[in-house]
Amino acid sequence: MRVVLNGEERELPACTLEQLQKELGRADDITIVNGYCTSGVYSVQPGDEIFFVSRGSMPKPGELETMMAARHTPGVHRKVKKGRVGIAGLGGLGSHIAVMLARTGVGHLLLVDFDVVEPSNLNRQNYMISHLGMKKTEALKMQIGQINPYIEVETIDVKIDAENAKGIFQGCQVICEAFDAPETKAEFTAVILEKLPGTYLVGASGMAGYASANAIHTEKRMERYFLCGDQTSGAAPGQGLMAPRVQICAGHQANMVLRLLLELHEE
Amino acid sequence: MRVNGKDVALEERITLEMFLREHKYPLDRIAVERNHEIISKSRYGEVVLTEADTLEIVSFVGGG
Repeated sequence: MRVVLNGEERELPACTLEQLQKELGRADDITIVNGYCTSGVYSVQPGDEIFFVSRGSMPKPGELETMMAARHTPGVHRKVKKGRVGIAGLGGLGSHIAVMLARTGVGHLLLVDFDVVEPSNLNRQNYMISHLGMKKTEALKMQIGQINPYIEVETIDVKIDAENAKGIFQGCQVICEAFDAPETKAEFTAVILEKLPGTYLVGASGMAGYASANAIHTEKRMERYFLCGDQTSGAAPGQGLMAPRVQICAGHQANMVLRLLLELHEE
Repeated sequence: MRVNGKDVALEERITLEMFLREHKYPLDRIAVERNHEIISKSRYGEVVLTEADTLEIVSFVGGG
């Protein structure tokens, strides 16, 4: 039967995973079958994607990407690697969306923000003390390089407005609206949906405070527009933005992006 | 007329801007789609609504 073994097609006789490991002298390796950590008596099936990963050893550069892809469900990696996603705003939402999409293996990320990292960002944004004073685009690009160096990251340091939005995000399959101010959210949403037909937009509204996490949800509001959040909890005096709900909302956005890249067009 | 999935009576001929103001929508914090077409803010005053229209009005609060 044909299987894919560490990224290469191979012809194998019927066997269990254990037998195969012994035969190849890799009995101590971690084994991943079709994106799932598997061991022992599993009977290898035709078409399986099998990876053997040595414990604790640093992989060669050429092997690293294959090993990282091993944890993805088969078929998913190929699709997301071709994906091109734009992120508008790299604050509490955008910084986390970018990191999640990088871990997911989305091939091309366009990161846009004009701001620098400040101490007041550290309560909820994906930056560290060592990033203070750096441009958010640069700080995030550096982190993504440490998470998945095979992702193509393009950064633009500019304040997005109604005039430049179309030119910046043209060519993206999916765009995330990750701004802070409601006026900017509203303007960007209208511009993108009007001027970039064929592009999906995943936005956010309502994630401040510490009300129930379950109130945050994803809703398909228009044919190409998905809105994440509880749609009511705005940032205001006495109701600040806090890490858990902001990250939950970012997670909703990142998951919707993943679904759209996998051609699942409903919430 | 349908607004965000609910029936709303439209008693007179009014523009989208009049409708939005009457229903206390904050004009600079919303995105509006009419019959699956985005209406930019600059056109709110010129679009005249009819009973056959379907509106989707997304309201935004701050935070991100």
